[in-house]
Amino acid sequence: MSTLFLIQLLNGLQLGVLLFLLAAGLTLVFGIMDFVNLAHGSLYMLGAFICASLTFLTGSFVLGVLLAIPIVAVIGYFFEVLIVRHLYESSHLDHVLASFGIILIADTLVQLSWGPEGIAIPLPDYLSGQVEILPDIIFPTFRLVIISSGLLIAAGLYWLITYTRLGMLIRAGASNRTMVSALGVDISSLFAGVFALGAALAGIAGMLIAPITEATIGMGNDIIITAFVVIIVGGIGSMKGAFIAAILIGIIDTLGRSFLKDILEMFIESASADTAGPALSSMLIYIIMAVVLALRPQGLFPPKVR
Amino acid sequence: MNKQESIIKLDEHLETPTLFGFGRGRLITIVVMVLLLILPIAAWYMGNKFYLDFSARIVCLAIAAVSLNLILGFGGMVSFGHAAFVGIGAYAVGIPSYHGYESAWLHFPLAIGAAAMFALITGAIGLRTKGVYFIMITMAFAQMAYYFFLSLEEYGGDDGMTLWSRSDFGFLNISDGLTFFLLCYALLVLCVYLVFRIVHSRFGMVLRGCNSNEIRMKALGYNTYAYRLTAYVISGAMCGLAGALIANLQDYITADTMTWTRSGELMFMVILGGAGSVFGPVFGAGVFLLLEEILSAYTIYWHLPFGLLLILSVLFIKGGVNGLIRRGWRL
Repeated sequence: MSTLFLIQLLNGLQLGVLLFLLAAGLTLVFGIMDFVNLAHGSLYMLGAFICASLTFLTGSFVLGVLLAIPIVAVIGYFFEVLIVRHLYESSHLDHVLASFGIILIADTLVQLSWGPEGIAIPLPDYLSGQVEILPDIIFPTFRLVIISSGLLIAAGLYWLITYTRLGMLIRAGASNRTMVSALGVDISSLFAGVFALGAALAGIAGMLIAPITEATIGMGNDIIITAFVVIIVGGIGSMKGAFIAAILIGIIDTLGRSFLKDILEMFIESASADTAGPALSSMLIYIIMAVVLALRPQGLFPPKVR
Repeated sequence: MNKQESIIKLDEHLETPTLFGFGRGRLITIVVMVLLLILPIAAWYMGNKFYLDFSARIVCLAIAAVSLNLILGFGGMVSFGHAAFVGIGAYAVGIPSYHGYESAWLHFPLAIGAAAMFALITGAIGLRTKGVYFIMITMAFAQMAYYFFLSLEEYGGDDGMTLWSRSDFGFLNISDGLTFFLLCYALLVLCVYLVFRIVHSRFGMVLRGCNSNEIRMKALGYNTYAYRLTAYVISGAMCGLAGALIANLQDYITADTMTWTRSGELMFMVILGGAGSVFGPVFGAGVFLLLEEILSAYTIYWHLPFGLLLILSVLFIKGGVNGLIRRGWRL
């Protein structure tokens, strides 16, 4: 039981860091530019597919990832310049609809280019094995790689936002856009750059998960909703909130799916627990979000300056 | 939308309230409604049943879109979870039917009542939030409903459930395609009329007032929360009715009707037709389904032009089809 619990905890952590990579991009785009980007999940999907092709082309997964990251960033850049830029002044409703349109286009384009089937990405031998992290606890190497690279990226983002000039501009842009542009900063390039950064992060998340789940059409459409749950629970615009909420939601969701049924069985008869368990565990994160919104609409860790 | 615009928008609705709109728009609205009634019946008499079912689909989704428009277009509440009400309405037909209760006099009140109850509970919590938070909380509730029905193994779960016979109205046999279409059409007219009366009543004035300036309405002494919640419940109930009709139309019920993409499609219908005009969503549902039908006949990649159109309509067309007509087909 405790072994299983630890392994599920690690799986939860892995989902958590993936959610953070997506939520970080959403936080940048939503927190700074006030743009609701449902199509963020499409960049996640594009990352997975582009990485798959490059992996087959170069014969190396690592090389595939390294080459795919800038490509997704460039796609994100053009996405901002062509469409998103013209919608900053519109209502959130327009954002939702336009990015819904982008999802339809992206899904179809992927189907046109890669076909309707999912693509499995082969891992090199040194990544596909398992390691014994503690006595009796064996965990797939690649999942550990996901966790550690996610945490590294989180640390890198923290450094970028807190200690660099770009990060300073991002924070300034988030708290007062007009003032920043009045000080002579080219705000539209800044926004495009930030959007590309968010796209790259989403793409990395897609590349990391693809060897486990395959790259499939529409893979981003479910996880993006979970990522929205994360940024709302964490507090819109707060990177720290996004990180904590992502880990929390990842762990709660994973543990709920594996143990909720057993927990329910302690209280109600097992037949009803069999039905209620899966239902409740898929609803769990939405229930958390609804409770947070109802009691603390600004989220758990709202940004200090807005 | 800035404040100036919203006041102008409000004033537009304060023109002499006529059911069919104004000037050029009025004529086109009447023509469209008459065509929507006559064309499928004519096709049916000529032996083509397809257009009757297709038009019934337009009419059913138009009811859902009209009800969404009441809160989205007039109340300014962007609900991203309206597909949940459609799904609840559909299951309110399917579940009793599965247990052998086939009376429509049970199904339809149950559909409307269950959807209204769900709207009351989710609205009471959701309306405490504003703006993008409201968009997200309505979406969260719809996802909960989706996963709830998805997990009901007894009622089909993943696979959905087949409705073996349509709701039994007694004197009205809706297994007959034409009768069913006429029933849907009559209910659409009823719903449009209802929304029209609501919007132009004192209640509707307050609702639209909350949309353009809630603080002012509060200062005038209105309990804006109660007004919004009432409108939300009415809208949910009407959407439940649409769901009951859709279940009967498809003879098949699945939780997929509740996914967030379906809610997005409903929103698109409202925007495409023109939010904030009573008939707009009817145009929207018609144009949406026609496009879907035509494009998917040409290519399996029809989502591509469809998505492009969605983006272009958001970027360039203000006020949807209805706005286009009103401005004399100028963008």
